[in-house]
Amino acid sequence: MTAVLQSRGLGKRYRQRWALSDCTLSLPAGHVVGLVGPNGAGKTTLLHLATGLLRPTTGTIEVLGGLPAASPAQLARVGFVAQDAPTYAGLSVADHLRQRTHLNPGWDADLAHDRIERLGLDPRQRAGKLSGGQRAQLALTLAIAKRPELLILDEPIASLDPLARREFLQSLMEFTAGHRVSVVMSSHLMADLERVCDYLILLVAGRVRVAAPVEELLGTHRLVTGVRCDPATWPADWQVISASHTDRQSTLLVRTSDPVHDPAWAVEQIGLEDLVLAYMSQAQAAAPGRTPALEVQR
Amino acid sequence: MIWLTWRQFRTQAWVAAAALAVIAVALALTGLNLAHLYDATGAASCQAHGDCGTLSTTFMNHVKASLTYKALYDGGVAILYAAPALIGIFWGAPLVTREVETGTFRLAWNQSVTRTRWLAVKLGLVGLAAMATAGLFSLMIGWWASPIDRALGLAADRNGSSVINRFSPLLFGARGITPLGYAAFAFALGVTLGVLIRRTVPAMAATLAVFTGALISMSLWVRPHLIAPLHAISALNTANIVGVMSGTGSGSPMTVAGGVNLPGAWVLSNQTIGASGRVFTGPATQACASGSIQACNAHIGSLHLRQLVTYQPAVRYWAFQWYETAIFLALALVLAGFCVWWIRRRRLS
Amino acid sequence: MVIEFHLDARSGVAPYLQIVQQVRQALRLGTLSVGDQLPTVKDVVAALAINPNTVLKAYRELEYEGLAAARPGVGTFVTATLSDGSLAAHGPLRRDLERWLAKARRAGLDDDSIEALYRDTFRAAAKEEAL
Repeated sequence: MTAVLQSRGLGKRYRQRWALSDCTLSLPAGHVVGLVGPNGAGKTTLLHLATGLLRPTTGTIEVLGGLPAASPAQLARVGFVAQDAPTYAGLSVADHLRQRTHLNPGWDADLAHDRIERLGLDPRQRAGKLSGGQRAQLALTLAIAKRPELLILDEPIASLDPLARREFLQSLMEFTAGHRVSVVMSSHLMADLERVCDYLILLVAGRVRVAAPVEELLGTHRLVTGVRCDPATWPADWQVISASHTDRQSTLLVRTSDPVHDPAWAVEQIGLEDLVLAYMSQAQAAAPGRTPALEVQR
Repeated sequence: MIWLTWRQFRTQAWVAAAALAVIAVALALTGLNLAHLYDATGAASCQAHGDCGTLSTTFMNHVKASLTYKALYDGGVAILYAAPALIGIFWGAPLVTREVETGTFRLAWNQSVTRTRWLAVKLGLVGLAAMATAGLFSLMIGWWASPIDRALGLAADRNGSSVINRFSPLLFGARGITPLGYAAFAFALGVTLGVLIRRTVPAMAATLAVFTGALISMSLWVRPHLIAPLHAISALNTANIVGVMSGTGSGSPMTVAGGVNLPGAWVLSNQTIGASGRVFTGPATQACASGSIQACNAHIGSLHLRQLVTYQPAVRYWAFQWYETAIFLALALVLAGFCVWWIRRRRLS
Repeated sequence: MVIEFHLDARSGVAPYLQIVQQVRQALRLGTLSVGDQLPTVKDVVAALAINPNTVLKAYRELEYEGLAAARPGVGTFVTATLSDGSLAAHGPLRRDLERWLAKARRAGLDDDSIEALYRDTFRAAAKEEAL
């Protein structure tokens, strides 16, 4: 299966600072990919590199088998909603759709009008007068109705109220259920991504820490609790992501392919949000410039 | 893309159209009267009678006596200089910066239109509108002011101060086709500074500063040398002396100014030179320091001074107009090309 | 739509399993019977804002358990039901349970302890099953 996004050693530098470094990814098609990380981790940089708004400083990136924004045909296969869902404040909703008709070969006008109607947007309303949630939905419509193979969303719901967030995700998921499309969505809110994503990428300080299907992540990570003992006695095939100790007890987040049968340890499932937080704090504790010991790559 | 550019430009276009309409009405109401006034003084056929100078002065006195005509004339000049600057500031600078500040360029660049076409259409459409607007202003105001301009063109220098005519630095940029060149240049300059600075208000300020500097530089240092000026040396006869300046005591420095009879020309310098070829600086004799005018003139006449006038003849007016417009249009094209090249290579935000 | 699903994000039970459980519950209660069409993936996803693959996984699980079958191009339909009466049919299981209860009593467990032990074991087993 061709990867929707393939990067090798991708890096981007602004003046002295590397916003993204050594990013190697291969995202399979047909997934909803969540891109998480703290603010300033490089999520927007990665997405802008994928859409062709930026050019890499080092490394390569290929989207749908071609260079990003290489040609109008390539641009037609990728839909993008930038941060804060930009729209032309002076143009009405209907104007936005009309403008898209002119500039996009594969534009599905029926799908667009159908969505606008179901969303309850007034076509004559100027985009500047819409609420945040409505603008996000308009921007999503503009990206969706060109029938892209890949949909890239940069923190589309960060500044929306909970109801607007839920409606946006419902809308988005409905679209993915009915069409063959891959989605890459960035957010710093794990709760929303947990519902919709089946593939996760974690970026911290410009580096990829985690890139794997959610099912695999949840299946291979365990929270084990037991009596505090010498780390040398821990099983060899355990990769310890994080460890915390009291006088008597150790709690470890462990990545392992085999189930834990040793009765000395109590084993629990870990939620996706806690898993991500553990990786994030481990990455930030590591000395800058050093690759952390554990990276989950697929 | 054309439709989108028009929709984004609509408000500014209506403002310009309104301004044009208002000016047109004001000029139409008074222009015909002005033309009649000109015909009434007989200045139109003065060539045959040889009294152009006097007739033009008569006409100009009538004009200066009327507040309306004076205000409209001066206002017209101001508008023709202000319009290109305002176009650069309000049409040029925000063209790209507004899209950067709202992030809408990301919306545009994800569509099946290349960055080149996106900017080229914006530049082309609004640039042409800029030139058309400036051209219309120049046409209307030029038509209205043509009697006055013709009268100024007929006047000779009688009292020592240069006559302002359409070739003079002050008026040259406000007549003919130069406003088109200025408008195109100011617009392209605004867009370029917007692309480089990426914030609207600083880009506007920079556009105003650079545009003003460019116009002043052109008029002071470049325009005089576009075509090599002519030099005319003639004997300074006493009938032609229009001014003598000297100190109070005998032996103090003295300068003599001769009149210039070159209607419609652009006089670059008018010097009185002595036998040696250098500017005559005195010294003043008793006759001129404290004597009568006739005595002083007689004395000056005995010195056999000469008058050196460096000037651009009136016939060259349109050559200069074309050269200057061509220069600014070329600059505009270079700047536009630079902008397109820049946004293809660099990130905007 | 015949039935609606809901999702408890904090229950610790995987979303697809929650859907499976809700279908089973509907079958038990009688809100779903043989021949009824389960909600389409698109409808479930539009209501819950979850990944379509989750719903597909749940429906595949139901198919595997023999409770539903997918008809391509049409939808997923209920093919079997869970009857209350089946409880009575599980004779051997009932006898095993009675023997275990007797053992627990002899070990000295009181009613509460027996219930607690049963619940803990049940939950742990369910989680292991889900992994």
